[in-house]
Amino acid sequence: MSSIGLTDEQKEFQKVAFDFAANEMAPHMAEWDQNEMFPVETMRKAAQLGFGGIYVQPEVGGSGLSRLDTSIIFEALSTGCASTTAYISIHNMCAWMIDTFGSNELREKFCPDLCSMEKFASYCLTEPGSGSDAASLLTNAKLQGDHYVLNGSKAFISGGGDTDVYVVMCRTGGKGPKGISCVVVEKGTPGLSFGKKEKKVGWNSQPTRAVIFEDCAVPVTNRLGVEGQGFNIAMKGLNGGRINIASCSLGAAHASVQLARDHLCIRKQFGETLSNSQFLQFKLAEMATRLVASRLMVRQAAVALQEDRPDAVALCSMAKLFATDECFSICNQALQMHGGYGYLKDYAVQQFVRDIRVHQILEGTNEVMRMIIARNLLTES
Amino acid sequence: MAARVLVGVKRVIDYAVKIRVKPDNTGVVTDGVKHSMNPFCEIAVEEAVRLKEKKLVKEVVAVSCGPQQVQETIRTALAMGADRGIHVEVSGKDYDTLGPLQVSKILAALAKKEEASLVILGKQAIDDDCNQTGQMTAALLDWPQGTFASEVTIDGDKIKVIREIDGGLETIKINMPAVVTADLRLNTPRYATLPNIMKAKKKKIASVKPGELGVDLTSRLEVLRVEEPAQRQAGVKVETVEDLVGKLKEAGRI
Repeated sequence: MSSIGLTDEQKEFQKVAFDFAANEMAPHMAEWDQNEMFPVETMRKAAQLGFGGIYVQPEVGGSGLSRLDTSIIFEALSTGCASTTAYISIHNMCAWMIDTFGSNELREKFCPDLCSMEKFASYCLTEPGSGSDAASLLTNAKLQGDHYVLNGSKAFISGGGDTDVYVVMCRTGGKGPKGISCVVVEKGTPGLSFGKKEKKVGWNSQPTRAVIFEDCAVPVTNRLGVEGQGFNIAMKGLNGGRINIASCSLGAAHASVQLARDHLCIRKQFGETLSNSQFLQFKLAEMATRLVASRLMVRQAAVALQEDRPDAVALCSMAKLFATDECFSICNQALQMHGGYGYLKDYAVQQFVRDIRVHQILEGTNEVMRMIIARNLLTES
Repeated sequence: MAARVLVGVKRVIDYAVKIRVKPDNTGVVTDGVKHSMNPFCEIAVEEAVRLKEKKLVKEVVAVSCGPQQVQETIRTALAMGADRGIHVEVSGKDYDTLGPLQVSKILAALAKKEEASLVILGKQAIDDDCNQTGQMTAALLDWPQGTFASEVTIDGDKIKVIREIDGGLETIKINMPAVVTADLRLNTPRYATLPNIMKAKKKKIASVKPGELGVDLTSRLEVLRVEEPAQRQAGVKVETVEDLVGKLKEAGRI
């Protein structure tokens, strides 16, 4: 059912992603989670297939595919490990930002290594004092000669400390979004340090740390776009990021529905398999229906973004809101169907639940999604 | 250098699918069921592509026999590195009764037409497990065969094939042109990369009818009935060895 309406080529992309997920990710998903391992080698293997810069232009090493192709791929990969796929999607978002808004020198310097995952990237917007109110960020970037000197700290940075390239939103001008610029900071730059690794409920195959800037000097030539464009670049990155994160939720829900279905066919109580219970049949039907609905929303938003339609931002927000909420509920119900076994870490369904819970929070909380959608509706002419 | 390798690829029900027998017992359910390239055919394609990468062959041609859908399977081979495809159009009743005899006739005709020096096939298909097509193709062409290959080395116009046999491994040297069938350990097939999938779109798949190759598709076999294997019966626990022997005698086993 996940292949309906896809072109033959998209079905091929999906097949590779499903195969990769089943063979290279699913067998390790629990280990990566329990041992908090950042699966660098596996991600590099994925990059060899073209998954490192899916919507980055081919001339700098990307695969040059569409947002819809990307959504299909991330959804399939996520069935193997939602947490790792989510990181790969963040990495892709950063690579796209540099490809789209960076100078040719910057693109040639960073994109090929990011597309091959020779180097890994992190997206740095959130701060201890600014989450949903992202435009109020405080990390300062003072112009000194041909460098910006950064001071401040970012919170909850996925990959932080283990990644090589940091795409940082910082304040070069006055208050509000128009004072924000976007610069690329490389690991090893003096003044760049990291907080302790956070202990999380899920997303354990990616390290999360604070990123700290103390008189960290960054060449002005590392800026993406012009001064004051940083917030706009960040939001454009997030439009795609939201589709990607929603796609990861879809994959987790898809895998969970399959796990639940298999369990219902095996587990017997009251003299028959659980699959004979009408309540569970109906529940499974609802889960599958909501999954298909979520998928349609996400894919349509992807097409709208690709075509740069005026309603794209609203659609991306709606898709992220709807799909992440529905898919979490689906995974949670799949866990319930497993009974006590669903609560054991020997069974994968609990990891899908834990991993995609955060999709309702990051890349813009689902509350912020409502703000964006409402604003769009209320300012419509 | 061997010019051309022909690789046969078969579209089969995906290995992970739970097979269901049709209610009328004429076959298994295929409608709406996930299909993919036969795993041994994937290994065959991988070997052919590796030979090309080693510059031991010039061109890899992927062939499949069946209805329109087999083009998906050919595209997968193209995405793995085959240069072009040939779709032999077989549909309806002819497709239902298509078996090793018919396919080997087709492959033999194509091998001659395409002037192939090597035909690589999977050792068997996971749907019918026939393990006959490679052998029959070699016989029809009067070519040597290296079946159950776990290692293939081209040396001039000869091929060294290490075969997996019951007793272990057998090494043979055969002259080209030849037919080789791939066993499990021959190689690990590559994933198609996104760029290769896109490049595959531009590669050509030619269509041809069995009649044009002079092949008669009439089957000599008639499938009478398809049924599930017998349900596994519950076992019986016994107390002593004497009881066990007694029960085995009762069941006529000893």
